[in-house]
Amino acid sequence: MDKNLETIVRAFEKEFGAQLDEHRGEIRLVVSPEHIVSACQLLHDQYDFKLLSALTAVDYWPQEDPRFHVIYELTSVSRNLRIGLRVPVPGIQPTLPTVTGVYGNANWRERELWDMFGIHIEGHPDLRRILMPRDWEGHPLRKDYPLGYEEPQFTFNLEEIDLRKPYAKE
Amino acid sequence: MGVEQKLGNLGIVTTTMEQAVNWARTRALWPVLFGLACCAIEMMCAQDSDYDLSRFGMELMRASPRQADLMIVAGRVTRKMAPVLRRLYDQMPEPKWVLAMGDCASCGGVFNNYAVMQGVDEVVPVDVYVAGCPPRPEGLIHGIITLHDKIQKQKVKDWVK
Repeated sequence: MDKNLETIVRAFEKEFGAQLDEHRGEIRLVVSPEHIVSACQLLHDQYDFKLLSALTAVDYWPQEDPRFHVIYELTSVSRNLRIGLRVPVPGIQPTLPTVTGVYGNANWRERELWDMFGIHIEGHPDLRRILMPRDWEGHPLRKDYPLGYEEPQFTFNLEEIDLRKPYAKE
Repeated sequence: MGVEQKLGNLGIVTTTMEQAVNWARTRALWPVLFGLACCAIEMMCAQDSDYDLSRFGMELMRASPRQADLMIVAGRVTRKMAPVLRRLYDQMPEPKWVLAMGDCASCGGVFNNYAVMQGVDEVVPVDVYVAGCPPRPEGLIHGIITLHDKIQKQKVKDWVK
């Protein structure tokens, strides 16, 4: 592990009780949801991680119990370092505090989190859907969201499906 | 030397109103620019010097639907794009036709999911479907000629809606 990263990891283990998760030289720290804003603030101010390069989530339903993992990828351009923060979020009414106060570009990424996974971001200035239409129901990247939309037409069921297909008349 | 010497003695051609008007409509079918995905590349190819759509009086791809007669839907239409497509269609003046180019515009193609329209015929009435993923320019031109046949067979009573 990189010397600079090692000091950060040790500091985080002490301060936030973060767990280290290293995979092929990539450093991930598992942080609990209540610490995420102060963790981002510390990395931004003290360790010069000025760039939030990715903010995304994974849905591990039904294998794991804290169902969602929200992943913050941070980059320090000046020190050439990368670090990831992983936040496990439970599935029933998932909420996270916003990090828009620290990283401005988290605004749209958090809107995407809300749109695709239904993770409610507390304190977000403008929490609307970003990719799906405004009146959309459900959150499509959740694993329990139905995958297909329409049954494919083959020769044996072509006419049957054709009857209930909503064709535009004029 | 006047123009009458060049023209020769052509005499008089008799035809029906129906045929004359339909002929005029097919020979200047201006498409609206509606390239949405990879099919748009093949649509551009159909415009180039090898395939040369201007043979059919179609060299003008109009960027405004108000100047177009034909909508070539080239590519998959997402649910978010569907209202836009319908709005552009409504802005086109009568008479107007729609050509669904490629599998995605015709039936959803490989994108059988929540985000993509399963065929653009759910939003606008389609006259000709062109199969292929994407169809070659020959395929598109064949579709356009099929549409020409369709227009040529229109009756006077179809003109007024």
